[in-house]
Amino acid sequence: MIALLTRDLRLAMRAGGGFGLGLAFFLIVVVLVPFGVGPQGALLARIAAGVLWLGALLACLLSLDRIFALDWEDGSLDLLATAPLPMEATVSVKALAHWLTTGLPLVLAAPGFALLLNLPGAGYGPLILSLLLGTPALSVIGTFGAALTVGLKRGGLLLSLLVLPLYVPTLIFGAEMARRGVDGLDYSTPLLMLAGITCGTIALLPFASAAVLKVNLR
Amino acid sequence: MSLNRLWAYANPKKFIETTDRVLPAIWGLAAICLVAGLVWGFFFTPEDYRQGATVKIIYLHVPAALMAINAWLMMLVASLIWIVRRHHVSALAARAAAPVGMVMTLIALATGAIWGQPMWGTWWAWDPRLTSFLILFLFYLGYIALWEAIENDDTAADLTSILCLVGSVFALLSRYAVNFWNQGLHQGASLSLDKEENVADVFYYPLLVAIAGFVLLFVALVLLRTQTEIRARRMRALAARERMG
Repeated sequence: MIALLTRDLRLAMRAGGGFGLGLAFFLIVVVLVPFGVGPQGALLARIAAGVLWLGALLACLLSLDRIFALDWEDGSLDLLATAPLPMEATVSVKALAHWLTTGLPLVLAAPGFALLLNLPGAGYGPLILSLLLGTPALSVIGTFGAALTVGLKRGGLLLSLLVLPLYVPTLIFGAEMARRGVDGLDYSTPLLMLAGITCGTIALLPFASAAVLKVNLR
Repeated sequence: MSLNRLWAYANPKKFIETTDRVLPAIWGLAAICLVAGLVWGFFFTPEDYRQGATVKIIYLHVPAALMAINAWLMMLVASLIWIVRRHHVSALAARAAAPVGMVMTLIALATGAIWGQPMWGTWWAWDPRLTSFLILFLFYLGYIALWEAIENDDTAADLTSILCLVGSVFALLSRYAVNFWNQGLHQGASLSLDKEENVADVFYYPLLVAIAGFVLLFVALVLLRTQTEIRARRMRALAARERMG
């Protein structure tokens, strides 16, 4: 498992692995928003938390098809399927690698981008906490979507159509938590719900992803 | 016993024979119920003293919304049957139900918007019920798109079944998440089994007839579309055999 994880991480870091692409996309979204809604600081402060969550979600979505596509093309996915490691574990490791290369950098970069959007000081803690809690769920759900569409040509658009509705609960609780943090309200309820969603998806969804991947490899 | 007899219809030939026999009756009953329910509702019920004539859209809105959810439930059951027992008719029935359910969702959203404009003063509000219906619509879209995208029939059936299962969990989650996210403008449930009185009786009975009509219409459409799918698949098989020689 650890060998697979380090392999995936190394592949993602190397040139052409797409590492940093999600981060750059996140930056562009954040830069474009003020052009779209106007540069007034008060308005930006109000929508900052939501925009950062949306940007993180889209950046995550963008890198999903890379989870399995390369391994599918060169056949290493078949090798992984016949390896002694159960498919559920393979899928979980893939999701973890995706989170480490996409989700975690987004979380780390979020405070800097929040400065650009004039996020009020009280919002930083809840925003980062909510992203830290929520992005693993995004990776795990995304892995399921990637496994569904792995064999398809032009699966990219379909992948977004399938995954985005599944992202709704995570986005609602994550953004709500960040917003409540900005307003100085108590955010323990959305925090607990978000943590529940993340734990639930991490525990259960790999089984669905593995089942789907087995069907696709048949 | 009776359940064992049900599995006989997993045979496509038996399914087509039987549905051919009962379909005209279902169509007829659906037409009678729809016409009776809608005419009764539209022309022979009083106007609500606050809502005026707009209240009558309830005869389209409530049955359509009900069927939009029930269609997804039916797809869920059919998907489970496919996963467990691998009856092709079941997978095809799930596929056949999806567009019907999607149209029902659209009808519910559209009639709701038409009613909401004079009553709430807006075509759309980000109300929990409205929003969760929009999300349900997105789930239907994804499900149908996945069916269309995959060429191998069995693979498509497997993948869409699992998507339906996972989607059901997330649709339910979204429903409650959305409730938490925004307080509602939409009135409470129009019909529920555990309430003394739902809507007033004058509106209630034609509504029940209209709902029966929508249910029958849904059943008829799904059976017909399943037949079509079975026949299309058989034709493809025949064409392939001919090409082979």
